Amino acid sequence: MTNTQVTLSGLTLSNPVIPASGTFGYGYEFAEIYDINCLGSFSFKGTTREPRFGNEPPRIAETASGMLNAVGLQNPGIDKVISEELPKLRKVFRKPVVANISGFSIDEYAECCERIDKEEGVGLIEVNISCPNVHCGGMSFGTSPESAAEVTRAVKAVTSKPVYMKLSPNVTDIAAIAKACEDAGADGVSLINTLMGMRIDLRHRAPVLRNVTGGLSGPAVFPVALRMVWQVYEAVRIPIIGMGGVACAEDVIEMMLAGATAVEVGAANLVDPFASKKIVEELPRVMERLHIENLTDIIGGAHHG
Amino acid sequence: MYNVDFKIISNRKIAKNTFEMTLSGDTRGIAPGQFVNLKLDGFYLRRPISVCDYTPDTLTLIYKVVGHGTEAMSKMAPGETLDALTGLGNGYDTSRSGDRPLLIGGGAGVPPMYVLAKKLLAEGKKSTAILGFNSADEAFYEAEFKALGCETYVTTADGSYGIRGFVTDAMDLDYTYFYTCGPEPMLRAVYNKSVTSGQFSFEERMGCGFGACMGCTCKTKYGHKRICKDGPVLTREEIVW
Repeated sequence: MTNTQVTLSGLTLSNPVIPASGTFGYGYEFAEIYDINCLGSFSFKGTTREPRFGNEPPRIAETASGMLNAVGLQNPGIDKVISEELPKLRKVFRKPVVANISGFSIDEYAECCERIDKEEGVGLIEVNISCPNVHCGGMSFGTSPESAAEVTRAVKAVTSKPVYMKLSPNVTDIAAIAKACEDAGADGVSLINTLMGMRIDLRHRAPVLRNVTGGLSGPAVFPVALRMVWQVYEAVRIPIIGMGGVACAEDVIEMMLAGATAVEVGAANLVDPFASKKIVEELPRVMERLHIENLTDIIGGAHHG
Repeated sequence: MYNVDFKIISNRKIAKNTFEMTLSGDTRGIAPGQFVNLKLDGFYLRRPISVCDYTPDTLTLIYKVVGHGTEAMSKMAPGETLDALTGLGNGYDTSRSGDRPLLIGGGAGVPPMYVLAKKLLAEGKKSTAILGFNSADEAFYEAEFKALGCETYVTTADGSYGIRGFVTDAMDLDYTYFYTCGPEPMLRAVYNKSVTSGQFSFEERMGCGFGACMGCTCKTKYGHKRICKDGPVLTREEIVW
């Protein structure tokens, strides 16, 4: 028998598979094609205080083994998320959800987190200080240990739910930023957000994306994400949600061996809408093959001494 | 949305850089104006291709070779399989057509007009089609439209076949409503020239094709719409250029 349960700061998930924010909307598109209650949880679309259209199109470009996106935090705003999206979501998903919150000021982060903290269906809050596609916000809070700590403290002061800071890979030392979040009271960290990249259209001799740059995701980033999870695991004692290019159950195991307690699946959902479900179903078989009884036993299992 | 493995029956060149692929497989849930999203070996994102025609167990797609993905598609052989997500997008609403609808397709925007013409004609509506191409060597499906019983005009930008000019140069006709698909400059020109309401099918770079990623959102008079899920068909009244 295999046991796929994992626990994130007191929140027990039936398995570690969590569709990543921005690749799963608020769940409905997927609930139409399968019962999404098979998932450990899912992280809903990054939400800000005000409604946002996001960036002008084109917002998507293809790359080798991956894609760039420059959506720019399109979302209906925290009011609508609480009054409309969450009640709709409760009808299709019975488990606690991960609330992904973003912002353009410390006050905005705190206000949104304080409001989402009161929502019963929210299991933990993932604070996005790493969106590469907005200006004067998002990633600018996640690129220095000081500002990452400042957001963490502001959010922790107004919430009782576990707070996971979502970190950017576009930094010189992600472990130092993770450590700063831990010292400021974060319950966990979630990494990585997308890697900043770009493509140029040869015919038009201009960037493909209207925003010029976008965030790279997909299997292309998996080794980078894995390396960062590894480094952060060595630097902090709080749990890590690992993500970046995860596409199969073996990738989940690899992320967990590097130090992740749970794993988010992102771009894979867009290419195969059944990807997260398939990973959940495949996981026990892969565990059996690898002689893993309890999934929690392997967290950080590749670190020796 | 369904995930269907189709088998290629034929894949032939019908005009310059233009191929017609016929596939066998379950087409349930497909409607005129919708698209399918194809997984190609070696490419990360799927390729959205509009539906040209279908029966309960066959699907016809016409695609233009514009990049490595469609080039790879053009080399696929009968017997090979293609993983497709089907039933994507809202499709055309034929209930508003009146009794004399006009169908205007440009280039790769011609194929969805074919299955739409079939449906409108089956509903007893006297349908007229304008098919616009750059030149004679890019033109296709004139005979197919005519065989449906659809009055058909062909325009070419260089005058090498049919009416010289753009689709708008053939639009001085009597019609109750219109449906159009083609490159955005053509859609704008049709918008400006047309004298009735109508439906426009738009293209945008997509991530998923089924509404999850917000990669293809556009602004309309009635809020933000995802081209892949709330579109690709928008009505004249809601378009913001």
